[in-house]
Amino acid sequence: MIEKEVTVRNRAGIHARPAALIVQTASQYSSQIEFKKEHETINAKSIMGIITLGAGYNTSITISADGDDEEEAVDRLARLFENRFEEE
Amino acid sequence: MDKQFTVLDLLDLDLKEHNDLDLTCMAGRPGLLRPIVTPDLNRPGLALNGFFDNFGSDRVQIFGRGEHAFVEKLVAEQHLDNVEQLFGREIPACVFTHGLEAPEDFTRIAEASGCPVLQTPLATSEFVMRLIRALGNVFAARETIHATLVEVFGIGVLILGDSGVGKSETALELIERGHRLVADDAVEVRRVAGNILLGQGANPALGHHMEIRGLGIINITHLFGVGSIRDDKQIQLICQLEVWDAQKAYDRIGAEERKLDILGVGTPYLEIPVKPGRNIPIIIETAAMNERLKKMGYYSAREFNQNITRWLDSENARKAYLQKKGIT
Repeated sequence: MIEKEVTVRNRAGIHARPAALIVQTASQYSSQIEFKKEHETINAKSIMGIITLGAGYNTSITISADGDDEEEAVDRLARLFENRFEEE
Repeated sequence: MDKQFTVLDLLDLDLKEHNDLDLTCMAGRPGLLRPIVTPDLNRPGLALNGFFDNFGSDRVQIFGRGEHAFVEKLVAEQHLDNVEQLFGREIPACVFTHGLEAPEDFTRIAEASGCPVLQTPLATSEFVMRLIRALGNVFAARETIHATLVEVFGIGVLILGDSGVGKSETALELIERGHRLVADDAVEVRRVAGNILLGQGANPALGHHMEIRGLGIINITHLFGVGSIRDDKQIQLICQLEVWDAQKAYDRIGAEERKLDILGVGTPYLEIPVKPGRNIPIIIETAAMNERLKKMGYYSAREFNQNITRWLDSENARKAYLQKKGIT
């Protein structure tokens, strides 16, 4: 299992569109992927779960993945955060 | 139009009460085979007076009370040159409204030229309106599509998909749940009034039958009653059924409206992946209801996202405030 900490860089935070992007990306991997924000943990393949996190601007989130393709999965997801979900 | 539309076809049009043209042929029967090539009409007042510039000779000529009175005057004065010239132009047909009778000399010239003289009891403006509507339908752009058309909660839903994906079975379940079948397998789509897509069975003679694999041909009207069918319906939503493709990204939010173009008219379009365990009829029912909400100005997905954005904003503001006060 690997983990990586990322920060929400886009002003609007994780609303519906970025959440869909995250879920679509995460669903391509077989690993169990989770997002942690403070003490909440949710499944990164659930769109409603990610939105419920309420991750606004500058929130830090820990991505964790467990499985055969865990490294690639975390990398790809972390890159989404760095690219501000292709917004702005 | 693959087949020529003749005056006889116009008389044979199967129109319901408020659209009925109520035409009878008074003279010139052999001319009933003349083709009508345009949905436009003409009032021949100027032509009867001898002015033939820009005369719409390929149009159906409408004789109202004014034209009729003028023709009677011409006949009384035996000034029939213009009438002869009018029929020399190969007009498709002339129609007398208000149940007016054409003078004998007039019908004689018409018959000699092989032009049918029709009559309707309707008032001119009402007849013109109905005729334009009827011819508009006849000359509308059309296309036959391999699909199933059902009416779900009042919304016309066109179900597209490859053979064997379950279009008919989905429609059957929808009918069973109280919705209506318009056409199965071959839907004829016409564009009317500029941007309305009207769908109906490609062959009205075949009625509302369906082919269900394992059952064969079934008659929906007999099985489910006349309440479960309808002759035609505007297409307001298109659902494409397709076998679930794990590699493909399906819409998860629904905030962006996609449209599919048929005959140049864009209609809201959904791709619905099919796999065992997914109840497609219920998904289509929900899509139809959601479409109704949208027509009422309520967009579930957009509203949802606005709420989230507002919530994230307020959380941000609260965090910033706490940070400023040094209470983090």
